[in-house]
Amino acid sequence: MSKQGEHKQEFNDRREKDLLRHILKTSLSYKLWVGFLILVILIGTYGYYRQLKYGLIVTAMRDYTSWGIYISNFVFFVAISLVGSLFSSILKLNKNEWSKPLTRISEIIAVSAIICAIVIIIVDMGRPDRFFYVIKYLRIQSPIIWDVIIISTYLVISLILLYTSLLPDVALCRDRLTAVPKWKKKLYRIMAINWHNDPKQVAMLQKVTKILAISVLPVAFAIHTVTSWLFATTWRPGWDSTNLGPYFVSGAFMAGAAAIIIAMYFIRKFINLNAYITESHFDKMGKLLVLLSLVYLYFNINEYLGPAFKMVGVEGEHITELFVGKYAPMYWFVQLGGLVLPIVLLLFKGMRRSLPISIISTFIILGAWFKRFLIVIPSLQHPYLPIQGVDESYLHYNPTWEEWTITLASFAWFLLIITVLIKLFPIIPIQKHEHVSKRHPILNFQK
Amino acid sequence: MEDNEHKTDSRRGFLKKISTGSILAASGLAFSSLSSCKNKSTEKTTLLTPDGKLVQVPNSEIEAMEHLYHGAPPKEARKGIPGKKFVMVVDLSKCKNARKCVQACDKHHNLTPDRPYIKVLEMQDNEESSPYWMPKKCFQCDNPPCVKVCPVGATFKRTDGIVLIDNERCIGCRFCMAACPYSARVFNWGNPPEGKLDIPYSPETSLPSKHGTVAKCDFCPDMLRQDKLPHCVSACPNGVIYFGNELEDAVTNGEETVRLSTLLRDKAGYRYMEELGTKPRVYYLPPVDRLFPFEKENSENKTS
Repeated sequence: MSKQGEHKQEFNDRREKDLLRHILKTSLSYKLWVGFLILVILIGTYGYYRQLKYGLIVTAMRDYTSWGIYISNFVFFVAISLVGSLFSSILKLNKNEWSKPLTRISEIIAVSAIICAIVIIIVDMGRPDRFFYVIKYLRIQSPIIWDVIIISTYLVISLILLYTSLLPDVALCRDRLTAVPKWKKKLYRIMAINWHNDPKQVAMLQKVTKILAISVLPVAFAIHTVTSWLFATTWRPGWDSTNLGPYFVSGAFMAGAAAIIIAMYFIRKFINLNAYITESHFDKMGKLLVLLSLVYLYFNINEYLGPAFKMVGVEGEHITELFVGKYAPMYWFVQLGGLVLPIVLLLFKGMRRSLPISIISTFIILGAWFKRFLIVIPSLQHPYLPIQGVDESYLHYNPTWEEWTITLASFAWFLLIITVLIKLFPIIPIQKHEHVSKRHPILNFQK
Repeated sequence: MEDNEHKTDSRRGFLKKISTGSILAASGLAFSSLSSCKNKSTEKTTLLTPDGKLVQVPNSEIEAMEHLYHGAPPKEARKGIPGKKFVMVVDLSKCKNARKCVQACDKHHNLTPDRPYIKVLEMQDNEESSPYWMPKKCFQCDNPPCVKVCPVGATFKRTDGIVLIDNERCIGCRFCMAACPYSARVFNWGNPPEGKLDIPYSPETSLPSKHGTVAKCDFCPDMLRQDKLPHCVSACPNGVIYFGNELEDAVTNGEETVRLSTLLRDKAGYRYMEELGTKPRVYYLPPVDRLFPFEKENSENKTS
């Protein structure tokens, strides 16, 4: 009995020390990383300054390709944000123990992605100064308004989810971290709102977390389904499809899981958490990723087989362009390199180790981004009526440097929010009640 | 060109007959709204007010009223012209791509040639049939996809059938452009080419255009308010475009006035992509018994 208690004490001390260390110690690589991200953001800000000054004319978007990489980037970020619900809802409600250390990473990624999605959609507006007209002159019939409502709902729920799971750990930071700057102490004190691990408080928090875990799921499905309706409610080839909702949602889960794997890899490496994010986590994530990719593959086949078999009118032209035309290299890279090949590779145990699976996940993320490019742009270039009598520049779409720098800056924002949140708070939930044996990896881990 | 202008004048007669009252009503309005300002001009013109009185108005004040005909201000422009349901019929058998409609439209809407509202498309229905020219404007659909998707109600459908845009409300999301199956809309990607036009904004003329907002063919409601034909109709040298009021079942191309229902029945009128259910207000007459051979270059469009 006392031996078990000793272990538990040692385990808890060790755990606290390991998981709070990165908050106290700021490494050079962290500073360089943040500096790099800020630099990218500054370059993007200059691009956006030019866009504000001269208008959307600085982009390569024109009357036919009226949506470009801003919109595909928006869809990408909305997709990534779905992963929060995967961990804090689906895996949690199914009582998976292994996924618990990854919950906070997923919640942070979700919050960051949804913020970036909102920012990028404002960047895409021709009149960002009229943003609040969306509230002032709101027309509920418009799918854009549905999207605005559901995205803000998801942002709020995601923030609350992140905060509630963080609350006991923030209180711990408040109590344990004495050697931090004043502003940090103040931050922890305010954020911990008098949390004292009181049984009453714990019971209440568990209740709230459960309600949130259930309520976030339909909202998460809805954000990407509604985003798909921005396309599915029009007549464009490739968009005019009843398959688009589940197609988007399944693709989002795949991309989100890949994002988690990449985040796991870097967090483990730079915060030295090998004992907390183990190879077994990567293995399990790999299996999960295969499952999610197979679902996405299924909807992909559904999305393309029908139109490709029939080859009707502009729908056929659009498919031809993707399969063998201008966009064929990108299309096959996305479908093979970003979907089929990862599924095949991840079936092998050796590929589910941390490094190979992180590389595979990078390909999935790249594929996911370019897939959204392929969803948005080629469809717009195949209208029912032929494109004639306009300026030559209207026929093609090659994003300008302003568009690329702004898009890269949105990625930098995404990573910066994640980095700062990880730096401020324990990335693995510390408060944990589990049986501890002497052979527990944390006790035996040598640094 | 000289010739055309004379024609235009004579064409005005038709619509004038339909409602002379509205012009007089407008001049009455002109008088009452301007009577407060003092003018020392001695020359005066006698006008009839809506309540039947003859009044004298200084000439300078009549000139000032021309501004009102730039089109109604945004709030007013949301209501249609009472008693009208505008409709257009394009006779494809008469079009030789003279491009006069495009030029007139560009001129009056301050557009550059690379980005016109009207596009004259080279169409071919199938491999065997010969190509033809298809002038395409906004179809002013009765079930407009663009209006349905607008998040802020910046684009709207009026009682007279016209779909307009309020560019003081448009947020520039471009969802309407994605939603329009006919690619009727254009966007002000940069600053408008004309620079600053010093006139009050009206959705009825789409002028002055604003950067970051959407625009399109508007059926020239400012002309319609004056009982004149839209610029493209009066500019066409071949009488391709018929325009009129559906409620009166009559359309004119400026030279001949015909019964709308008879014209559509006899010449097999159709609406482009009827199957989408958008209910366009623009009809086409198929390119049969053509007046001109299909030529990419001809005497009339070469100089343009």
